[in-house]
Amino acid sequence: MTTIWICVALTALANFAIKATAPAVLGNRPLPSRAKGVIALLAPALLAGLVISDLLGPRWSSANGPLALGVLTAAATRTTRLPAPACIIAAVIVTAVTHAML
Amino acid sequence: MSTVDDIRTGVRRSTALAASTFVLGVTFGALARAHGWGLGAPVVASLTIFSGSAQFALLTVLGSGAAAWTAVASAALINLRFFPMALSAAPALQGGRIRRAIEAQTVVDGAWVLAHQGEGRFNRGVLFGSALAQWPAWVTGTLVGVVLAPSIGLLNATGLDVVFPAFFALLLFDEMRHSRSARIAAAGGAVITAALLLVLPAGPALLGGAAAALLGLRTTNTAQS
Repeated sequence: MTTIWICVALTALANFAIKATAPAVLGNRPLPSRAKGVIALLAPALLAGLVISDLLGPRWSSANGPLALGVLTAAATRTTRLPAPACIIAAVIVTAVTHAML
Repeated sequence: MSTVDDIRTGVRRSTALAASTFVLGVTFGALARAHGWGLGAPVVASLTIFSGSAQFALLTVLGSGAAAWTAVASAALINLRFFPMALSAAPALQGGRIRRAIEAQTVVDGAWVLAHQGEGRFNRGVLFGSALAQWPAWVTGTLVGVVLAPSIGLLNATGLDVVFPAFFALLLFDEMRHSRSARIAAAGGAVITAALLLVLPAGPALLGGAAAALLGLRTTNTAQS
């Protein structure tokens, strides 16, 4: 149990440092325009990575069809301009039904 | 709009995200309890770390019997993505170094995306509001998960395992509407991350996928020339 508490404390400290370092050091200085260009594209690149990471897992060990179908449902329903919660509910229903069928 | 209005906007726009965060928190709490973390450690972890990906990594690596430093390193690697994210949001933050360092703690995946106004600009109030909505949801969800300890099988059977990736997919969908470069960066991020996941843990794989942002910039320059 002590090991768990130490790990939690160290991870919290590391997390704080990772987020704090750049803003604390950079201060009020604006970013160079080239950096802004790259940063503007960080969101789609990271989000795509997060979706893939959630769907596949390390070594693609947690790849599963129901989850992928659910994510596709969320994206498909978004094209109809439904609000996000409705899209999520649709994804949950499709995933649950697919889980039940397999 | 004032900062208070922006914070309200951030809270309002994060309602669905907070609900997803709550569900994921329940999953984390239930898993941590099943791994023998007890009642307090999971909740304190959610209070102080406030990162699902890092906490799940910590749980998984410790549960596999690996050394403690490996678990902490894995969690830190996963959260390394917050370095460029906090860097990008830095011009929007205010105050001296200590205050900026504290304000930067509101940089979490969903809040960072919602606060992004395009062209690398961020809305500080929306960032705070979104984090303010998600943090209690994450901690409360963890507490509920620890206390009720629902089986992971039950969470999966009810389809709730899709909540987080689905919400990320929605945010991605909205980001991809901005430009062709965003779509190229997203495609690159997906392909690179998928390939790296075969040989690396999730943290480094995500960082590698983020490098796709460089590909998108190159495409922008080519299109402009």
